[in-house]
Amino acid sequence: MGVKVGPPILEVRHVAVRFGRKEVLRGVSVTVKAGSHVAIIGPNGAGKSTLLKAMDGLLPVASGEILLGGRLLSAWSRKEVARKVAYVPQADGRVLPFPARDFVLMGRYPHLSPLSAIRRQDRDAADDAMRVTGTVQFADRRVDTLSGGERQKLFIAAAIAQGAEILLLDEPTTFLDPRHQADVLALLARLNRDRGVTLLTVTHDINAAALWADEVLALKDGAVAWSGRAADAMDNRVLGAVFDHEFSFATRDDGRRFVLPEGGAQRDGG
Amino acid sequence: MAGPEKRRGHGTAAALFGALLVSLVLSMLLAPLAGMKGYSPSDVLSGALSAADEGIFWKVRVPRVLLSLVAGAALALSGMTFQSMFRNPLATPYTLGVASGGSFGAALTLKLGLVFSVFGLPATSIGAFLGCLLAVTLVYGVTKLKQGFSTATMLLAGVAVGFLFSSVLMFLQYMSDFAETFRIVRWLMGGLDIVGYRQVLELLPLVGVGGIAVVLHVRELNLLVTGDDLAAGRGVDVATVRRRLFFATSLMVGGVVATCGPIGFVGMMSPHICRMLIGSDHRLLAPAATLLGAVFLTVCDTVARTIIAPAEIPVGVITALLGGPFFLWLLTRSDAERG
Repeated sequence: MGVKVGPPILEVRHVAVRFGRKEVLRGVSVTVKAGSHVAIIGPNGAGKSTLLKAMDGLLPVASGEILLGGRLLSAWSRKEVARKVAYVPQADGRVLPFPARDFVLMGRYPHLSPLSAIRRQDRDAADDAMRVTGTVQFADRRVDTLSGGERQKLFIAAAIAQGAEILLLDEPTTFLDPRHQADVLALLARLNRDRGVTLLTVTHDINAAALWADEVLALKDGAVAWSGRAADAMDNRVLGAVFDHEFSFATRDDGRRFVLPEGGAQRDGG
Repeated sequence: MAGPEKRRGHGTAAALFGALLVSLVLSMLLAPLAGMKGYSPSDVLSGALSAADEGIFWKVRVPRVLLSLVAGAALALSGMTFQSMFRNPLATPYTLGVASGGSFGAALTLKLGLVFSVFGLPATSIGAFLGCLLAVTLVYGVTKLKQGFSTATMLLAGVAVGFLFSSVLMFLQYMSDFAETFRIVRWLMGGLDIVGYRQVLELLPLVGVGGIAVVLHVRELNLLVTGDDLAAGRGVDVATVRRRLFFATSLMVGGVVATCGPIGFVGMMSPHICRMLIGSDHRLLAPAATLLGAVFLTVCDTVARTIIAPAEIPVGVITALLGGPFFLWLLTRSDAERG
């Protein structure tokens, strides 16, 4: 794993974010290395999505600093940031009244000057992004008529077309059926391995975090509760403390640990 | 399956633009001929009109048609910009109280008897522009204060701001003497009945600057429709773009309000009808909505001044009679459509 991972590309230093009087992030520090795949886990309201948005400069930071490629994020223009970093929100039920191909082409925005038309290279980038994400077959369909899984892959396609080296993904698999979950996770792994795309993924799927990511960052109450190698997170001293919950673990044939599902026999009426 | 669907989309756009251009030319040619006294094209071309009729045609009818074209275009383009920025077809400068702000601004300059002009723009236009800007800032500020941007908050804030400015306007009238009140009431009744070209020429630069500013942001408008977070993530400086577009629409709406008084619903219907026909790509939507708004207001005004001739109905009554039911229809379906 040490082979593919490069120097730090995104550094978060003692960052605090406030919504009104509520402090959602309290002194969070994270270093993300180029080419790594980091899963961000933690209970609801821990500040995971807020951290993701702050890393893309989509939220004002109350204190601390964020460095992108060694330079203060606040010194980058929006377009400069967008050429490096792409934010991939949950493919929720928002109205997207555009054909899928046009939506992916909109990812080229940070590469276009205000009056220039869409160029050959922009179309090529969009086509390539759709090919690699397997979204070509619904290029002409309206985005909000696509299924959740198709839409999530299309959001990733637009982020690839954007030319970003860092993808910030907010719960990319939460509302997907098992086949599409596996599809999206495999696509992300491919992008990470073949194209060296750095991934930060907010997820509630602890097994996906443990089995697909290199590193885990656990947030609790707006602060970093634990961070380290994904394999090391699969322990009640880590997960139990983060979620205030006892997990049962099992070991796969390849020696990797995973969380066992709960319920069934012990479950009472409640 | 997908291919034909796309081709049909392009076909619809071509057909719409064809129909709009034909109606634009027809309304420009025919609307000035219609009126209390109708003229035939040959009368006008052969110079067979009496001096009085010539005056009516060139000094009253033609300027009025030009004004309705410019005002309709400006209202539709502003309406489209609001609908896209707020991602809701019910959001327009009129429903959000922006036009009321403009009315207040214009009335205040009338009350104060301000007659200055800046770069040839009359005080009422500047007052209306500032009023619009104040109203849109208020509505947007209130909407932003509340976490979780909702349609309900925005529309209610718009209604509240509209009422606020209307009541301040009433207070203004109450405090005015008879002559001032008359000026304000006469102006508030609005309408496109002008004499000569001065008002058209005063409105054109406002609409021109505002319109060009909107057209330069069609790509950003497309992205704003996908959501503020996605737009910002793609590199749009959302706050700056929004500020510029508020400024641009305030110029246009302020100009129209100052010249014609409040005319509702043009800005809601024209862009939404175009969106239903050709989709939400603003590179096509902006010109289509602009053309439809121009034609729509001209047709409404021609109806308003001919249907019970020699009397005239204020054009705002016609647009509201058509627009009111349209608004209600949108309201019943927008929840399902917009989620």
